Amino acid sequence: MREVDRPTPRTVQLRLAVPDRVDHLAGQHYVVRLTAEDGYRAQRSYSVASAPGDPLVELLVERLDDGEVSTFLADVVEPGDELEVRGPLGGFFVWEGERPALLVAGGTGVVPFVSMLRTARELGRLELLRLLVSTRTRAELPYVAELEADGAVVLTTREATGIRPAGRLTGPDLVPLWEPGQDVYVCGSDPFAEAASQLLVGLGVPAATIRLERFGPSG
Amino acid sequence: MAGPTRGFLGRRRERDPRLPPGQYDAGTDWPVLTAEPTPRISPETWSITVDGRVEQPTTWNWDEAHALPRSEYRGDIHCVTTWSKFGTWFAGVSVDSLLEAARPTAEAHFVMATSKTGYTTNLPLADVTGGRAWVVWEYEGGPLPIEHGGPVRLLVPHLYFWKSAKWVTRLTLMHRDQPGFWEQNGYHDRGDPWLEQRYQGD
Repeated sequence: MREVDRPTPRTVQLRLAVPDRVDHLAGQHYVVRLTAEDGYRAQRSYSVASAPGDPLVELLVERLDDGEVSTFLADVVEPGDELEVRGPLGGFFVWEGERPALLVAGGTGVVPFVSMLRTARELGRLELLRLLVSTRTRAELPYVAELEADGAVVLTTREATGIRPAGRLTGPDLVPLWEPGQDVYVCGSDPFAEAASQLLVGLGVPAATIRLERFGPSG
Repeated sequence: MAGPTRGFLGRRRERDPRLPPGQYDAGTDWPVLTAEPTPRISPETWSITVDGRVEQPTTWNWDEAHALPRSEYRGDIHCVTTWSKFGTWFAGVSVDSLLEAARPTAEAHFVMATSKTGYTTNLPLADVTGGRAWVVWEYEGGPLPIEHGGPVRLLVPHLYFWKSAKWVTRLTLMHRDQPGFWEQNGYHDRGDPWLEQRYQGD
């Protein structure tokens, strides 16, 4: 573990040096596996936030109050610790840097899209990506300044943003971002991913072009 | 295998023997994990087909499937994302009943399950026979909820749950194994939770 940072009260950003690592694709994840003295193990998957060109692998973990792994990562881990990780994993929810894409995130579901934006920036292809993030408040969204600098639309459900009142994602929020030919990626909690994908289907986005990554209460 | 992680105690000192390695008890939660938008399928338009290496390719519509002998599963399910859920109750029809009608040929060794969405998953034939796999439309005595694969999903509870294809509509018997959707994306071809076969190479 090289760097530990807490960008928001409920998240921890971990930057790891991974020996002999294989470059990931934007959107892939790593499994973090913890082992207790008596051999008891617990493991969870976390999306990578860094671009492949970053010498470190950056994970962003949301601290869940009853999360066995996330509380350990948020409260105990320090620079210098060794963690067992496995990755990169997942070959479906990835952006390979070539096709136009609409990215729709709920809360910390933005993490794989941070990797996609950073990858696009490395490639000089930021124009391929359109990102919308729904968050309760701006203060709770990690990477908010970086995202907005790259043109992301940040929509807040518990506070007004400009002339937009507080409120959940709606079809009209998505319409200006969608273009035919885009691949669509949706990442967030179960209810967010379900609602966002149904909104997109309702707008006429072909279901076969939509990829979902959901995270549940999995600690 | 790495040594202990500094400072990690873990939550449970008494390990529930029903939990395969690396799994935790999700309690009353039933997380939804699906890579595609949830389709809307009405029972009237649903059917299940068994084809491929069979002597009698057969399709059952909703009513025909319900006319087959009812079969239930009561027990645990395990998702590769590390949650397990104890004491579930599903009802539908045993895959054995479907295969009895379609009659697999001697060359049939594997099955590809296909969903209405195009999702696929591959299984050894031996894992869906002998009373270990079902096509189910009931959960806890009510209709199977759509987000959990309703109206009808495959149920192979002794394997990780991605093998239990939601919105299943076709079982194709194959001579040679072919990777399905997650299996092409790095997940295991068999997926036994007790052997922790999560990823290719496990």
